[in-house]
Amino acid sequence: MANNLIARGLKRCSTRRFLLWIAPWAALLAFGLYSAGLCLVEGLNQTNMDNRFAFGLWIFLDLTVIALGAGAFFTGFLLYILKVDELRAVINSAVVIGLVCYSGAVAVLMVDVGQPLRAWFTFWYPNVHSMLTEVTFCITCYLTVLFIEYLPIVLKNRKLREIPTFLVFEFELHKLIYVLAGVGTFLSFFHQGSLGGLYGVLRGRPFAFREGLAVWPSTFFLFIISAAAVGPSFVLLTTWLVEKISRKPLVRPAVLELLGRISGLLLAVYVLAKTVDTLVWINRTSPESGFPAAQYYSWRPFGTWILFAEIVLFGLVPALIMLTPRLRAHTGWLVSAAAMACCGVALNRFVQTIQTLALPTLSFDKFLSYYPSWQEVGTFLAVVAYGALVYSFSFRYFQLFPEERERYQI
Amino acid sequence: MNAQKKYGMSIDVDRCTGCGSCMVACAVENNIPPAHAGANDRNGLTWIRVYKVDNGEDYPGKRSAFIPVLCQQCGEHTPCASVCPQQAVDVDPRTGIVGQMPERCLGCRYCMAACPYHARYFNWWDPRWPAGMEKTLNPDVAPRMRGVVEKCNFCHGRWHAAKQKAAAAGKSEIEPGDYVPACVEACPTGAIRFGDLNDPSNDLRHPDSFRLLKKLGTDPKIYYRSKRDWVRNVAQASRPVSSQKEASHG
Repeated sequence: MANNLIARGLKRCSTRRFLLWIAPWAALLAFGLYSAGLCLVEGLNQTNMDNRFAFGLWIFLDLTVIALGAGAFFTGFLLYILKVDELRAVINSAVVIGLVCYSGAVAVLMVDVGQPLRAWFTFWYPNVHSMLTEVTFCITCYLTVLFIEYLPIVLKNRKLREIPTFLVFEFELHKLIYVLAGVGTFLSFFHQGSLGGLYGVLRGRPFAFREGLAVWPSTFFLFIISAAAVGPSFVLLTTWLVEKISRKPLVRPAVLELLGRISGLLLAVYVLAKTVDTLVWINRTSPESGFPAAQYYSWRPFGTWILFAEIVLFGLVPALIMLTPRLRAHTGWLVSAAAMACCGVALNRFVQTIQTLALPTLSFDKFLSYYPSWQEVGTFLAVVAYGALVYSFSFRYFQLFPEERERYQI
Repeated sequence: MNAQKKYGMSIDVDRCTGCGSCMVACAVENNIPPAHAGANDRNGLTWIRVYKVDNGEDYPGKRSAFIPVLCQQCGEHTPCASVCPQQAVDVDPRTGIVGQMPERCLGCRYCMAACPYHARYFNWWDPRWPAGMEKTLNPDVAPRMRGVVEKCNFCHGRWHAAKQKAAAAGKSEIEPGDYVPACVEACPTGAIRFGDLNDPSNDLRHPDSFRLLKKLGTDPKIYYRSKRDWVRNVAQASRPVSSQKEASHG
């Protein structure tokens, strides 16, 4: 039965083999759902956060997956608005990645708040000065856009295409794709920025506080650029992984190279902007708040190595690799650089969330530490498992890579 | 029309013995559930945290002091009020008091991340009182539920009571003596004083006084006093002094 759902011309593994592949992910998801359920029913006392370390693993996860999921809006922007047609080969996959990342982040946010049933209050009593209000509005709207963008992919399924209404609906949806890409880009620019602004506006946390333009701290812009830079890298990395796991050529190497070139270029811009921002912060912003910046790095394990890793090791190095044609043409280098860029954005989000809260502000306070509880880790893993499952089902039953058929026949 | 108030506090660190009376009085007044022995920031709740600091020297030169830290009622760029996504935090223009509405709180804890004083507290657990102890609950203050943030509000219930008393007497202004937070009342050494910072007759803003993290530009309304240089230095150091002891927590 299930094999009837697979698109014509595509070869997929047997149902038994597929079940064997998804079984561990399903088990992990079940464990994660149990963990999240405990947090929802028993309360956030199931976590290891406390009154001084009020954010933890989940906020880090949210910021990271939303940055990684930026490939959806940025690929859409490049393909539909800037007409970079080569990216049509990965757009469906990018949409699925975006959907998984954003829906996973929103689900975890719902577990992370103390009163999830009051989430609608943000729409009813919005504080227009809060970055979190902007994040909530934009992410909710963009998630809706992603669902709509995902629909045509689903409706192209072999069985669903047999229903004429769905066929017409899918055709009509396609007409909207340019509008959706534009709206998605606009919303994404704002919520990626607002996520950076979340910490940049914290005047009470001089480690995170940044000056900026008008109401937006510099982290607002840095988050947009970094997300746009690693989004294509994550799409590249995922495509390569799927090719390896499925043992099928899915896109032309030139497409992966193009993704790498885009990622490398934006990463270079990000490294430059981040360097300027760091220098301004060290020499002006932080001292003006009464905090010499050097002291932040006197607390172990957060030495200056973390700044070096963030800007040079996981920023400049992958940018140079992806910008060098000879290295980019080599899959090993390209994939390694993309992985490094993704690690870099994760490290940046870790620094913003965890290091910010760990550093003391009161001169007589102590350095704070926090280790997530198994329930927090379980919920984290649920998002990973959920992502793997949604992507696996989408890859098996929908055509995520339009070039796959021709590539496979070659 | 009522004159605009700017309520604030003065805490004399030299008088504070670290007895914790303020913490207990605050908990009783504001219906904060009692914590078990050894409670910490994860399983206990208190609106005042008393830090123990020392001068970093060994015996016999060692000297200690206690610094009670509560919500500093920031008046400018109030970090918690500006970040709350659903306006559950506000600064009352009539009093300058930073208010928290637990009924509207989502429990996102963004305000806690924003507060440089760690003076906001989340209800990680359901509030529970031992059998019989619920009779001691203050009927003027609503207990908070699990999953919301709370903090010091200068005993807002007492402010309302003082307003009602003044209204019953046909006055538009409350008498200063009618509105005193519980911690001020309970301090056995009189280290904590409270009043209207706009009133020039009180010396809450003594020339010797200092404020914690004043450079952040948030205009905190809690003034600390000490004649000891080392206390002033420790409290206002531009970099954390690693030799200080862990916070004592009741």
